Amino acid sequence: MTLTVNRARRTFLKGSAAATGLVVGFSLPEAGAQTGMPGVTGPEINAWVVVRPDNVIIIRYARSEMGQGSMTSAAMLVAEELDCAWKQVKVEYVSVNEHVKRNRIWGSMAAVGSQTIRFSQDYLRKGGATARLMLIQAAAQRWSVSATECTASAGVIHHAASKRSLSYGEVAVAASLLPQPKEVTLKDPKTWTLAGTSVKRVDIPDTVHGRQRYGIDTQLPGMLYAAVAQCPVFGGTVKSFDAAPVQGRRGIKRVFTIDSGKALIVVADNWWRAKEALKLVPVEWDVGANGAVSSESIATFLRAGLNAPSAPTALRRGDLEQAMASSSKQIEAEYYTPYLSHAALEPMNCTALINGSEVDVWCSTQNGEGTLATAAAAAGVPLTQVQVHRSQVGGGFGRRGGSQDFTRIGVLVAKEMPGVPVKTVWTREEDTQHDFYRPVAMYRLKAGLDASGKPVAFRARLTSPSLLTTLLKLPLKDGIDGPAVEGFNEFPYEIANVHNDWAQRDTHVPVGFWRTVGWSQNPFARECFIDEMAIAAGRDPYEYRRSLLAGEKRPLAILDAVAKAADWTKPLPAGVFRGIAVTEPYGSYTAAVVEISLNDKGELKVHRVVQGIDCGYVVNPDNITAQLQGSVVFALTAITQGEITIKDGRVEQSNFHDYPLLRMPEMPKVEVVIAPTGGFWGGVGEPAQAPLAPALCNAIFAASGKRLRSLPLSRHGIKLVKA
Amino acid sequence: MIKLTVNGRAHEADVEGEMPLLWVLRDVLDIKGPKFGCGIAQCGACTVLLDGAPVRSCSVPVAAIAGKKVTTVEGLEVNGHLHPVQQAWLDHEVPQCGYCQGGQMLTAVALLRHNPKPSDADIDAAMTNICRCGTYARIRTAVHAAAASSQSKRA
Ligand code: FES
Ligand code: FES
Repeated sequence: MTLTVNRARRTFLKGSAAATGLVVGFSLPEAGAQTGMPGVTGPEINAWVVVRPDNVIIIRYARSEMGQGSMTSAAMLVAEELDCAWKQVKVEYVSVNEHVKRNRIWGSMAAVGSQTIRFSQDYLRKGGATARLMLIQAAAQRWSVSATECTASAGVIHHAASKRSLSYGEVAVAASLLPQPKEVTLKDPKTWTLAGTSVKRVDIPDTVHGRQRYGIDTQLPGMLYAAVAQCPVFGGTVKSFDAAPVQGRRGIKRVFTIDSGKALIVVADNWWRAKEALKLVPVEWDVGANGAVSSESIATFLRAGLNAPSAPTALRRGDLEQAMASSSKQIEAEYYTPYLSHAALEPMNCTALINGSEVDVWCSTQNGEGTLATAAAAAGVPLTQVQVHRSQVGGGFGRRGGSQDFTRIGVLVAKEMPGVPVKTVWTREEDTQHDFYRPVAMYRLKAGLDASGKPVAFRARLTSPSLLTTLLKLPLKDGIDGPAVEGFNEFPYEIANVHNDWAQRDTHVPVGFWRTVGWSQNPFARECFIDEMAIAAGRDPYEYRRSLLAGEKRPLAILDAVAKAADWTKPLPAGVFRGIAVTEPYGSYTAAVVEISLNDKGELKVHRVVQGIDCGYVVNPDNITAQLQGSVVFALTAITQGEITIKDGRVEQSNFHDYPLLRMPEMPKVEVVIAPTGGFWGGVGEPAQAPLAPALCNAIFAASGKRLRSLPLSRHGIKLVKA
Repeated sequence: MIKLTVNGRAHEADVEGEMPLLWVLRDVLDIKGPKFGCGIAQCGACTVLLDGAPVRSCSVPVAAIAGKKVTTVEGLEVNGHLHPVQQAWLDHEVPQCGYCQGGQMLTAVALLRHNPKPSDADIDAAMTNICRCGTYARIRTAVHAAAASSQSKRA
């Protein structure tokens, strides 16, 4: 479907994200009685709000839904300002193609970095508020009264003086023809009636009825299916293959390579036939220069990063060298975090159809625009020629945002089969072995304490591959990869002399954004080492942190809230020990207390996790609880058993038997503390994971006197068992 | 030609006997509730009920199910009435991404059928499907809730 929308536009609002450079601008169109969205009928009040004459209100959602709940929370913010009844609301995805044609009117489409609410809230609320003003204005004009005499609630406009009322649907067409108001006043969040309450997520009923559709569920007439094999050694190519063994096999259509031999493809009339045949095609790989790389050689390479005489500075204050030299006690330690795979339960997949210069793509994506741009580039067509059909995402965790390899491969496969829709699906093995992994990282930390145990000097050297240069091909500012130094570039602890730096060490293993990114691994080093400092100072780890956070209102507040909820000052049952940590990720503040026991067989029981978040404003509290519960599972999987290792240039793990994920029996008791202090907008989907690894490992130290400085715990013979 | 009954409807599929049931359902019969997660009976996303018992359909050759009744998540709702398990899943907002949840609900249905009042230990033993989003706490709550509501209906 093509639909030309060609109206005068003017810049109307600027997303708060504009300041960060993530959204280049934002404008609302001049209104028209026609909706611009393919497949939607009804007057478009503005880009976010369509009001149908039957009083169904369509609120558009620009980013992606992968279970994080933002589709609902974003719509709640629009509806709050619109003053409609929630039951009138239907939430619809924005067409990505329309977004491109309308000059990115809906802002960023990326559901990444826990950004959806904190970076969209301003323009979402303004979208709702301006629509409300226009609907009121249309009613006032109908009644020939002043708009200031009218009020609106639950989707109905009232004129009290004459006791008249009109529904939004009744004035929608007239409202859509009015000019956009130049100024709107947003509600004080204290007066919210919908936002801030627990609203049921709009995508859940489809899931429960079994009718939720993911990219992998795409079904098209005449569709064929492709299985893909990339060179097991990253960067390698197909030297030769022999299709003869599968020629004439039932259902097999074609065998070919794409992308200058980067992948071997079998196309068949169902996917099982394609992937079974692929196993039978003899292939010789040219593995390139990296066939001997191993986890050990990577560790050696990173160690050189730790030892490099200098590295770009992430944070410097005071005079580190002088303060360290004159301190009365120094402690030093090295930490390590491994590569991790995303393991979204829906394997990578992409369905594409290329008809001449028209390209259609169906996939689960965290970034519709990224998918569209990748598809256009792979097909060699202008952006406007691509339609991206979005669906629910069967797990993202960062795998389906910045890394759009699945789109590229899907489109390149379809390019070989013009006019035929082809669904390319990764096996779990292919998915595990061709991920964009959470980077491996090493840390060397050193602190100098004065005679009273107070730290006067803090030194951190980090070394890891760069996401920004290798994945996003972005230049580094002052040599620093922001995500790599999270938690060390901004450092809340009151220590006068600090020097934190980062040595870039890129390997051939592709790296990507993995839920909570640098904050998923850096706090393990930082917050365990703060514990080491507390122990060296002979102080209680909670009280020691408090003393160093005196000037940091919010980290202190969440630390206190969690310590209180966890009864930190009260004794624990015999054999149970606890650890604590605090972090400041993605605009929010999170802290955790983990209670464990550990026996001499290495059996670890997690008895209780208390974790708290201050995300400023709370939009949908029950969804925050769900995200925090899920974060515990995600974190515990990584902490206890998550590790991707490299041998002969390739990933050793392949499926859930050797890259295991936490299951029901290991799920600990989780208590969630939501302690919003208001006045800012913080993220929710990722921040809760950040303090868990250090809180748990600090508890292990309390239990055993053993300071475990590398993850996962399985390296140390520790196994998580049912508490 | 392989005959199978899915959610009370008879189907025929002209496929190899060793083709896993999962792919017959998804690619041949266009029944998309069962999901592909691992292909090696690890995750349970592909769970269906075979004569009421949960099986991992990625690892069941279609030839092996002759004469048996297959239930997928699409078959849980009967005459517009949600199964108590589905209702509990709605009430407790269990799903996140939702990809595993068809398999989770079917496993819960089978559990409650032979154990109407499962303990936490029973739930641990039966609910072995992976949820990458980490909804286990809510799954547990919802299984207990479904058990309670089925019992109050029976009473
Ligand atoms: S797909 Fe069958 S158990 Fe994972
Ligand atoms: S809800 Fe996402 S895998 Fe379970």
